[in-house]
Amino acid sequence: MELILDEVGHAYGGLEVLDGVDLRVGEGEIVGLIGPSGCGKSTLLSIVGGLLRPSRGSVSVAGAVPADSLNPFTFVFQDFALLPWRTVEGNVALALEHHPLSGGERRERVRAALARIGLAEFRDAYPRQLSGGMRQRVGIARALVVRPALLLMDEPLSALDAQTRELLMEEFLALWLGERTAALYVTHNLWEALRLADRIVVLSRRPGRVKLVVPVPIPQRERAEPAAQAELAALHDRLWESIKAEAQLADREMADA
Amino acid sequence: MPSERSLDRAAAERRAIAFRGGGFALHPKRWASWIAFAAVLLLWQALVSLGAIKPVFLPSPSSIALALGHLLATAAFWRDIAASLSRILGGWAIGTATGLAVGLAMGLFSLARAVGVPVISALFPIPKIALLPLLILWLGIGEPSKWATIALGVFFPTAISTYSGIDGVPLSLVRMAQSFGLPFGHVLRKVVLPGALPSILAGFRISAATALLLVVAAEMIGAQQGIGAFVLTTGNLMQTDQLMAGVVVLAALGLLIGWGLSALERRLLRWR
Repeated sequence: MELILDEVGHAYGGLEVLDGVDLRVGEGEIVGLIGPSGCGKSTLLSIVGGLLRPSRGSVSVAGAVPADSLNPFTFVFQDFALLPWRTVEGNVALALEHHPLSGGERRERVRAALARIGLAEFRDAYPRQLSGGMRQRVGIARALVVRPALLLMDEPLSALDAQTRELLMEEFLALWLGERTAALYVTHNLWEALRLADRIVVLSRRPGRVKLVVPVPIPQRERAEPAAQAELAALHDRLWESIKAEAQLADREMADA
Repeated sequence: MPSERSLDRAAAERRAIAFRGGGFALHPKRWASWIAFAAVLLLWQALVSLGAIKPVFLPSPSSIALALGHLLATAAFWRDIAASLSRILGGWAIGTATGLAVGLAMGLFSLARAVGVPVISALFPIPKIALLPLLILWLGIGEPSKWATIALGVFFPTAISTYSGIDGVPLSLVRMAQSFGLPFGHVLRKVVLPGALPSILAGFRISAATALLLVVAAEMIGAQQGIGAFVLTTGNLMQTDQLMAGVVVLAALGLLIGWGLSALERRLLRWR
């Protein structure tokens, strides 16, 4: 299955946030989406996930959507979006309850998803009892339990502290290298994108359009090794050069009304 | 690195940092509440016993307790309590059911909101007891006019707390549910209603207090039975100890309702 965005534009009232974005996410590909604040990264993700109707352009898929996927386009949210009145187990089960599964199969899927991400012993905890990192692990378990074809990750690590972010990034990678689920990964953090993405797409400042596409030609599992650092640093410089002037301009922009 | 010598000098010159925090934070002191309560009762009893206050104006706590004891042994007093309770329950149930339905509609649908807000804002400030004569004209002097008065008083706080509770549910949670493909009914049942529940339960507190207030007022205006009628009659007969016993029963009723709602909140909002 391939995701194809064709000239996608969006405006909130008179405020143009996206301007003709062309983008493809191939089978099993991880695309990092970076850009200055307010460039419409999250808006783009909402459009892909069907939560927002684009003002212009089209979003489509080519190829077969995996038959066993209950929710092909699945979000992982920046603020976790957990229901505070449900336990960890209940939050993960939420994604399955409206599907025609037997009670036994549903429980088994939830159990497997929790076990895979190391949450089994937190099954009965409420979100308020968990650290930020654990909450986002619940968010990831909830996403995995529906067997997504494309993960839409909206700055999933931004609300976490630096160390937790590092830990979760490694866990993402381990999961991904096992499954190769395609993902559109929005982030502010260039290093995060460089660790995870196969390809990095830079959006310009508002109204966002694709400014630069940078493939990362090093396999993910080798990116932590010393040999890769020089090349990653060079890519980082290139990305930063492209984004810096835009970020400065975006930073100095005043919200009108 | 500072030398040993300079460290010694620093030690010789050291001064404690003055404490300047504290205060502005309250700590529970249960014993003080009980002592104050007992002190007030004792003072009251003493003032009446010593003749400083005439019992006909304010009977002593002990004579109120005595009167209450006698009253609770009579079937007539229990009929009064039962009459008031059934009016509260009937009126509260009608007002809550309609308030929830209207509040839900106003929380979910733009049209209902646009129509409902001005209507509710205009009618909410009316003291509902002022409508009792009108309602008696429409529905007769019997139970329905009392139910209707209480239902009206309960309806508004319920509708308002319901739609403002729905407003308070984070839109991000609704979008999350939609992003997993939950149908409307599931989003409503699993996200919107539980999210609005704390506000709805807080509204129950207000509406229950309103119901108690209105039942007494309504019974004073037009009823043979009920605690409100009892308090009015005993007042006219200057049976102040019985009057106060009626007031104590009303206070106990208010407390019981409050405890019941607290227990309900603890059960339903365990996750908080």
